[in-house]
Amino acid sequence: MFKWFGKVNYTPYTKVADFARHLRDGRLMGSRCKRCGATSFPPRADCDACMHGEFEFFEVSGKGTLHTFTKIVAAPTGFEDVTPYTIGVVDLDGGGKALAWFGDSIPEQDISIGMEVQVVPRIFEELEEIKVYYSLEQPGTTWSKAEQPW
Amino acid sequence: MTRVGIIGLGHGVFGRRSDATVQELAFEAFRAAMEDAGIERDAVDASVIGSVPEYHKQRSLAGVVQEYLGLVPKPTWLTEVACASGSAAMRTAWMAIKAGVHDVVAVIGCQKMTELSTPEILALMGRVGEVQWESGFGTTFPGYYAMFAKRHMHEFGTTRDHLLDVAVKNHHYGAMNPLALFRKEITAEKAKASEDVATPFQVYDCCANADGAACVILASEDRAREISSKPVWLSGMGCASATMSVLRRPNLVGLPSAEHAAAQAYAMAGIGPADVKVADVHDCFTIAEIMAYEDLGFCERGEGGPFVAEKQSYIGGKVAVNVDGGLKAKGHPIGATGVSMTYEIAKQLRGEAGERQVPDADVGLTHNVGGIGQYCFVQVLTRD
Repeated sequence: MFKWFGKVNYTPYTKVADFARHLRDGRLMGSRCKRCGATSFPPRADCDACMHGEFEFFEVSGKGTLHTFTKIVAAPTGFEDVTPYTIGVVDLDGGGKALAWFGDSIPEQDISIGMEVQVVPRIFEELEEIKVYYSLEQPGTTWSKAEQPW
Repeated sequence: MTRVGIIGLGHGVFGRRSDATVQELAFEAFRAAMEDAGIERDAVDASVIGSVPEYHKQRSLAGVVQEYLGLVPKPTWLTEVACASGSAAMRTAWMAIKAGVHDVVAVIGCQKMTELSTPEILALMGRVGEVQWESGFGTTFPGYYAMFAKRHMHEFGTTRDHLLDVAVKNHHYGAMNPLALFRKEITAEKAKASEDVATPFQVYDCCANADGAACVILASEDRAREISSKPVWLSGMGCASATMSVLRRPNLVGLPSAEHAAAQAYAMAGIGPADVKVADVHDCFTIAEIMAYEDLGFCERGEGGPFVAEKQSYIGGKVAVNVDGGLKAKGHPIGATGVSMTYEIAKQLRGEAGERQVPDADVGLTHNVGGIGQYCFVQVLTRD
């Protein structure tokens, strides 16, 4: 079900495919090596520290600090209908980084490097198919499962 | 092991080349390099082609180039590392000669980027980054470098004007280069009036797609001295990688691959950054040239903006950078670019750069980046 992830998805098959199922259910997950305990966000199946091949998911808060951002005006195929859009890179409090769009809780003029943000699971609600992603929001912005159609 | 010398240089005009196929572009550069070397094709042991395959309708490009150049049945192969494919071809040819497998190798960087339609280009554009975790959010090539620019401005006080100083300089020199795509000076005011691409970048912060080819003939030291009266030596060859995903980089204010490659090249050549008189660096976007000054040690980290503002990268400054116009004004046919850089610096070391000649250019450098710094090749060139 990793095909659910992203407005456009280029990698439907992966060993961390359950990431997308967790995201649908409102949980943002990193990976933890079952042997040495090294963690990763984004998750990876094979440990970068000790090369072990077994991992488990663990939930991350998504809270972090904005590292950098840009507003993209010239967009690639598949993003014409949302152009322009602003993307940012976040240093997550627990380690790792995430790249995502800014959500509605942060107006464009308020975006600045160093601000606190939270990576929050999202669903493209206007679509019939399942499409999940995450967005950068004001810390404390919650995902509400009850609002989803299923 | 033998040293490796440059004995032939050829370069076609960069631009929208609707008049030629990619192998015809390659032939222009190859013929010029062979005439420059003064050798016939039977003296060439092998060819290495630097190009990015997804831009061409012809699959497996090395075959059609090799046939058109008339080098069959000699060995040929293609190297691909995005925008550094040309320097990868240089490196593999250098390795083959160092290893004693071949004595004379033709390196051809060639690319026809305008074969694709705009929709095809836009689709490719969406897959320049790491596709699993990043491309799904609509990242673009200018978008990535724009995020480096924003962070550089935040940490070091680099300004919008510093970025445009790079564009103004490179168009200034591009106007003097008959092989360049854009041969016009620009002003910061004109650049600021151009359309937004990805903030803070506007059109004039970005290099342009182009068609073109360049060729460099390499030879072992013995053969180079037999053939050429003015060989230029590949004295330092550095090469390194960085993570595909920018999310796994230590910082977003420089390219770690460039720092590693530069350290290797300087050590092999036995020189330091202060010895370099002329350099071609990978200015695919304005911030990229500023980060290159810092990654290569031409100035301290964070000082790249003032470095160009004070004209230290002009002829007459500390080190003349991209005085052929750079990717910015010369155009960026991605597979050809690395070979074009070597062409320019070897010309400078031979004292054949015309009105763009850097005085006393005895040590030169090329810095060719693939993708968003996933790959970097640094070459130090010297003369006798």
